Amino acid sequence: MLGYMMRRLVILLLSLFIAAIVLFVLLRLLPGDPAGALVGVGATPEQIAAAQAQIGSDQPLGVQFITYLGDLARFDLGKSFVSRASVLDEISTRLSVTLPLALTAFALALLIAVPMGILAAVKSDRWSGLVLSVISQIGIAVPVFWLGILLVYEFALNLRWLPSGGFPLRGYADPGRAIESMVLPVLTIAIVMSASLMRYVRASMLEVLNSDFIRTARALGDSYTGALIRHGIRNAAVPVVAVLGIELSTTFLGAVVVEQVFSLPGMGSMLLLGIQQRDYPNIQGVLLVTTLLVLLTGFLADIIQRLLDPRLRHEARR
Amino acid sequence: MKPTPHARHAASRLFSRSIVPALTAVSALSLTATAGVAQDYDPTAAITIGSLYEPQNLDNTGGAGQGINEAFNGNVYEGLFVLTDDGDVAPKLVSDYTVSDDGLTYTFTLKDGITFHSGDPLTAADVKHSIERVTAENSASSRKSSLAIIDSIDAPDDATVVVTLKKPSISLPYNLSYVWIVNDAATDITASEDGTGPYTLQEWRRGSALAMVPFEGYWGDAPTNDGVMFQYFTDATAQNNALLTGAVDIITSVQSPDALSLFTDNPDFTVSEGASTTKELMAYNDRIEPFNNPTVRAALARAVDNEKLLGAIWGDYGTLIGSFVPPTDPWYVDLTGVNAYDPDSAKAMLAEAGYPDGFSFTLDTPDYDPHPIVAQFLQNELAKVGVDVSINIITANEWYTKIYKAHDFDATLQEHVNHRDIVFYGNPDFYWGYDNPEVTQLISGSESAATIDEQTAMLTEANKIIAEDAASMWLYLYPQIVVSTSNVTGYPLNGLNSQFFAADIKKAD
Repeated sequence: MLGYMMRRLVILLLSLFIAAIVLFVLLRLLPGDPAGALVGVGATPEQIAAAQAQIGSDQPLGVQFITYLGDLARFDLGKSFVSRASVLDEISTRLSVTLPLALTAFALALLIAVPMGILAAVKSDRWSGLVLSVISQIGIAVPVFWLGILLVYEFALNLRWLPSGGFPLRGYADPGRAIESMVLPVLTIAIVMSASLMRYVRASMLEVLNSDFIRTARALGDSYTGALIRHGIRNAAVPVVAVLGIELSTTFLGAVVVEQVFSLPGMGSMLLLGIQQRDYPNIQGVLLVTTLLVLLTGFLADIIQRLLDPRLRHEARR
Repeated sequence: MKPTPHARHAASRLFSRSIVPALTAVSALSLTATAGVAQDYDPTAAITIGSLYEPQNLDNTGGAGQGINEAFNGNVYEGLFVLTDDGDVAPKLVSDYTVSDDGLTYTFTLKDGITFHSGDPLTAADVKHSIERVTAENSASSRKSSLAIIDSIDAPDDATVVVTLKKPSISLPYNLSYVWIVNDAATDITASEDGTGPYTLQEWRRGSALAMVPFEGYWGDAPTNDGVMFQYFTDATAQNNALLTGAVDIITSVQSPDALSLFTDNPDFTVSEGASTTKELMAYNDRIEPFNNPTVRAALARAVDNEKLLGAIWGDYGTLIGSFVPPTDPWYVDLTGVNAYDPDSAKAMLAEAGYPDGFSFTLDTPDYDPHPIVAQFLQNELAKVGVDVSINIITANEWYTKIYKAHDFDATLQEHVNHRDIVFYGNPDFYWGYDNPEVTQLISGSESAATIDEQTAMLTEANKIIAEDAASMWLYLYPQIVVSTSNVTGYPLNGLNSQFFAADIKKAD
């Protein structure tokens, strides 16, 4: 297992390195100069040249690339072209919004999807199972931003229970308001995510319920519920965990949309703003950190799968 | 300055909506107050302002964007002069100034007893430092080129600043109204401040909000509120929702007319329209055929019903303009009658110019609102006089490289936001390439005018000529719409140069 983890970690770092190169190249393929976007309409050629010198875009691409890699090796993501603030500092402030948002939504989605999915599988031949499946189908069909707008309309504009958007100036130092402002965004992500998760849980569970080992367990005297808990859930969990990894990764990306709807100062809004302003260091920084999060999630999902399923562990040892 | 019909209209609208709660508040207070003067507002109330323009950093010479002017001009930083909400230039930190007879030497005397937020007193050295920040090589200030005529700045004593110019510039006080006076001890102001204004920065959370509180040692009148917070939104809908739910008190500029219906018929809100300086226009490439012919340009101007266009986009809001000059510029005259809508004469003029069967051209259209809609409207209108428009949608970045820098276009749509920007027509190298020696002469000569009146007369003349020449097709002036809850008053309506003076904002209980 340890050897496997080491190998997996090396692959992770290698992927991150390749991602860094791809990001750098793709951004430089865009036409136009970020210095032009920086000084704006009405700038003189001297102003543009000064801006280029300041952000370093007057250097040859090779030099820019080596500087970038060198900085990266020292965990330095550079300074924003536009705000001149440290990219890493800004990302860490913004992660304090995006990470809790994504993780809470993910946990809530699990809390909804796992029991509902199991129930839908167990009752698959009853009307209640059918109703659950229909609900989950509807949930999958709903676009995230639309659900967000709907929740704002009802809970913020009509009922006035929760704020319609924004994040308090003092952040978590103002805990009541910080939590309030997270409720609707978390619900938005969790509802949509739980709908698709529930379908995976149901499918995986159905397959397990129909398998030979459950029949054997029942034949050996286990009760239906006992067999379900002791053998069913653990077996059904293996493919679900793989899907969970992917779902969690998409949550980080889906935050872009949700943060926009709710005006939350997270990674998503930083990325959007960076793209509008051609702020390469900010775009690179956000995408690199997001890539890292996605890779880490995949890594964790793999490890958990192996802990759940001894067959995978043996495979790895061989 | 005489109020424009629009400003008057807005003022009466503002008044009729807000008077009722204000009166109620007065009577409620006078009934309960046992001593002291009854006030129609709560001086301990903090005001929350919703805005779509978050500054990128806090230094207006460092590419911070228009948001920093909105938040800081007149609130945290002050200039030697101030551009008032009516468009006048008034002394702020200077008590007096004199100009030499040749117009080359300005001597400014600073007001007494002004201190920076850090406690340092304001001296002439700070002023010198502040102006040099703007003209410095790495400055990204919009005023850098206007102030390039400064030859030297001297500080003979702590209260006197002498600015010597390379050539006369009647607009120097105006241009100095854009220059923040910053303590010369403050080296990096991208994330902190040290100004002389009525507010000090309390906290700024990037992506979220910026808060300021009254400065105890302020030299002028104390603010009528206990602080303001700019809450930043990336999405106009989210901003509107925040106003609807009471999370913000004011939103500084409504970008889309669709949202207005939420507020116009609701007694809880005040919708006020001020005069903006944002002009929507179709700029021809005046260098190339057929647009180098003023008759062709005038014919096209007559072929387009601007009133219908404005109504389609903004409903009852916005203003028609007959040239590039908005009512808040001192050289404004009503020129809407020049080359007014008259499709029949348009056809005749096109024939006269040698295009009896019309012609065709490509209209480079930025991909964001309202340009694509405007382009379609123009395509429709011009087709009626036989002119065939093909619409080419481009991004803002393409606009910058293809049109602004390379001048590679037939005609384009653009919004020009600046105050007093008729000077662009005096520069034959500007992207639209308008080159009328008389106008160039008037505009460059106006800087050397001996008096403001003379300058105004010259630029008014230039204004009339560009209108007759139909140098570009000026479609309409955007409305400047501010919406607030009805218990909030005292905010600026015009928002010139994106400024939003907060010190007079009052909030009733």
